[in-house]
Amino acid sequence: MRVNVTVNGVERQADDVWPGESLLYVLRERLGLPGAKNACEQGECGSCTVYLDDVPVCSCLVAAGQAEGREVRTVEGLADGEQLHPVQQAFVDRGAVQCGFCTPGLIVAAHDLIERTAEPTDAEIREALAGNLCRCTGYEKILDAVRQAAAKKAGVA
Amino acid sequence: MTTGGIGESPLRPDGGLKVRGQYAYSSDLWLENMLWGATLRSPHPSARILSVDTSAALAMPGVHTVLTYKDVPGENVYGLKLQDTPVLAEEVVRYQGEPVALVAAEHPETARRAVKAIKVEYEVFEPVLDPELVAHSPDAPQVHPGGNLVRHQRILKGDPDATADVVVSGVYEIGMQDQAFLGPESGLAVPDGDGGGVHLYLATQWLHVDQRQTAKALGLPVEKVKLTMSGVGGAFGGREDLSIQVHACMLALRTGRPVKMSYNRQESFFGHVHRHPAKMYYEHGATAEGDLVYVRARLYFDGGAYASKTPVVVGNGTTLGVGPYNVPNARIEAWGVYTNNPPCGAMRGLGAVQPTYAYESQMDKLAAALGMDPADLRIRNAMSEGSTTVTGQVVDFPAPVAELIQRVKDMPLPEPSGSDILQLPGGAANTTHGEGVVRGVGYGVTIKNISYAEGLDDYSTARVRLEVVDGEPVATVHTAAAEVGQGLITVQQQIARTELGVQQVVLHPCDTDIGDAGSSSASRQTYITGGAVRNACRAVRAKLQELAGSEDVPDIAAVLGDEVIEETREYHHRKTYPLDPETGQGNAHVQYGFSAHRAVVDVDTELGLVKVVQLDCAQDVGKAINPDAVVGQIHGGSAQGLGLAVMEEIQVAEGRIRNPSFTDYLIPTILDMPPMTVDVVERPDPHAPYGVRGVGEPPTISATPAIANAIRAATGLELPRVPIRPEYIIDLTDGGS
Ligand code: FES
Ligand code: FES
Repeated sequence: MRVNVTVNGVERQADDVWPGESLLYVLRERLGLPGAKNACEQGECGSCTVYLDDVPVCSCLVAAGQAEGREVRTVEGLADGEQLHPVQQAFVDRGAVQCGFCTPGLIVAAHDLIERTAEPTDAEIREALAGNLCRCTGYEKILDAVRQAAAKKAGVA
Repeated sequence: MTTGGIGESPLRPDGGLKVRGQYAYSSDLWLENMLWGATLRSPHPSARILSVDTSAALAMPGVHTVLTYKDVPGENVYGLKLQDTPVLAEEVVRYQGEPVALVAAEHPETARRAVKAIKVEYEVFEPVLDPELVAHSPDAPQVHPGGNLVRHQRILKGDPDATADVVVSGVYEIGMQDQAFLGPESGLAVPDGDGGGVHLYLATQWLHVDQRQTAKALGLPVEKVKLTMSGVGGAFGGREDLSIQVHACMLALRTGRPVKMSYNRQESFFGHVHRHPAKMYYEHGATAEGDLVYVRARLYFDGGAYASKTPVVVGNGTTLGVGPYNVPNARIEAWGVYTNNPPCGAMRGLGAVQPTYAYESQMDKLAAALGMDPADLRIRNAMSEGSTTVTGQVVDFPAPVAELIQRVKDMPLPEPSGSDILQLPGGAANTTHGEGVVRGVGYGVTIKNISYAEGLDDYSTARVRLEVVDGEPVATVHTAAAEVGQGLITVQQQIARTELGVQQVVLHPCDTDIGDAGSSSASRQTYITGGAVRNACRAVRAKLQELAGSEDVPDIAAVLGDEVIEETREYHHRKTYPLDPETGQGNAHVQYGFSAHRAVVDVDTELGLVKVVQLDCAQDVGKAINPDAVVGQIHGGSAQGLGLAVMEEIQVAEGRIRNPSFTDYLIPTILDMPPMTVDVVERPDPHAPYGVRGVGEPPTISATPAIANAIRAATGLELPRVPIRPEYIIDLTDGGS
């Protein structure tokens, strides 16, 4: 089948898509956007998180056909050209990236949090990122990064 | 003046790409005409293969080839320590998940369906399962010809039969932990056309050992097998053994097309080795004042179907088996055996995680028997510089064990738990408002050898090039050392900046065009590859000084002009020696790392739920080359130790893995991890480059017993097995004893 989807503001078309293919597969293997990661394909790790019409989803659980005619925003679409988004910059600055495999999913989840919630508490940050596994960092520096990004957005840093 | 040198915390050079989603991991590789590989694996822990019929699979549209052991071009056997593992099973399969056949197809789903279409007839056997039984039953069915014992080691010190005033004993068990790196095993093999060779892009911990093993299995000279590192999504020991390497190359060479392989999560659980489960019998004797008199221990490590790193686990498990304490008399004995359980091998803290859990449990038991404070008992017996280990090795570098314990002991304790349910066991599940919740504090201390041991020369190689680009001096560092997330690339840049006084340091892609770097394991790379980069930089610097005709070279670009200086150097650590086979005596280790944890837990005694409230750590790192990255290693290592304490276990029944998914194999989330205070102590090791001490492993090791001891302190239960499950705490099973 053919799937039409707007990705990071650009209309894209994928051909010969099998009915069983996920949005994650189409993004990674058919549209050349491997930013979203596949670490479980079961909705357990959050590495594949992307926006679907402004709502973060596990793209491994979304059938490609469900994205027909909709808007997808991936980690590749968050920076403003050379300029990293403040969430991305905070992850770099605060050492929240080690192997980085969890990072794209966490960046999208954290981006969504600070869009929705001004100055989130630690409990709110933990709750928002509870669906994103990271095996390297122990999460301390991820918390630091989200605090920094939120403070920057609120104009207090 | 350069910035971002040794002792600073410059940002990772790959951070920007990683946060943009543009860093190419091995699972992201793609070529226009590539095929997808898939693996057929044995459904049985032990069976004879009667027949394999590939015809239906081969006939499927889109399938390009199907391969079995008959198609292995070279030797169908490999292994890190013992040559015992087939590339593809021949007559028998020894574990559930053992590779039997391979497929290459146009689409990954086609490849998966073709795998299902391969018909294999098996004669199924009773699996060999109990490591302790196996160790003492020479007549048990043999997993491999030649018997089931991989390694037995005994260590005797002083009077092994010494007696003491106060004696405590216990039997401890540890479940099978998984590395659970997030980036699955994957790679892309590209045939080099006419040359008959192959170029493999992959994620691994050690390029050269993969190259040697792959070339042998392919029947090719090593120069025909080039390996280039792609992005590695975590490792933790799970990428030391081969997974896709030979398989992807075989498929590429047969089809003449690039072939990509990428495991999904379930296959990953079958596609790499795990941490050895163990059963450990310990007895500690002490004087009435609290001085250790002796330790006697027997440890049984289940190596599963293939040896992998089992010999090293036995070596580390025995030599480190009494912990960072002064013990005048000891008899420590360990067996590593074959069974038909999943194969076990390297994981962060190799061979030290198991005994640390046992001896630290014993130290708390001893403290209780003596009526002493558990931290004070540890401090009283802590080894220090000048101590002699159980193998007779004199510790000739700082060993601030007592200081580390004191430091975590002195950190402020958290407030008592209030009524905020989010802070209580069960969290948002709203299972308690504080009723039935008790608090406990526990300690864990460890000693871990750094680098390879028992006589191995695991050296590293670095090439450094200095030239002028656009009027600026630029250094290029080339090594084959694997960046697996730990930040080694940053460390290499820092060393080059400090040694050369050059700001711009570029990292050459990591590949097999340079000499061996050894493995990114055993907490060794900053030490060993750091040493190689230092040596190469110093050789370059000497050439530069020659060119300048002076020691001081304030304007490198002016002196260098169009000249290019390039030097390659190795670093070899000081020599170690094998253990005496009878007494286990010997200078087996290069260096030790030490860390201490204090855990504070709340336990809901009605539901058995645990909330780790705080987890603090003090670790001696010798010299922190990059202090922020060091803290990151301690955070991440502690999280893996927490996982082992309360949730992580591959559940194996009758040789079969029951939970090969992230739905059922739980690793800590951000809700499980408590705040941590990390105290980085720097007591330089005079034998190591810059005084560094390996960092990565110790915090994984000491976190687990600290948490287990805290849960015991809270509940009064014995809890001899980790991970501690809720049912042990509410005493529905004998896990609580
Ligand atoms: S890959 Fe989608 S949640 Fe793990
Ligand atoms: S940085 Fe490796 S999984 Fe998070």
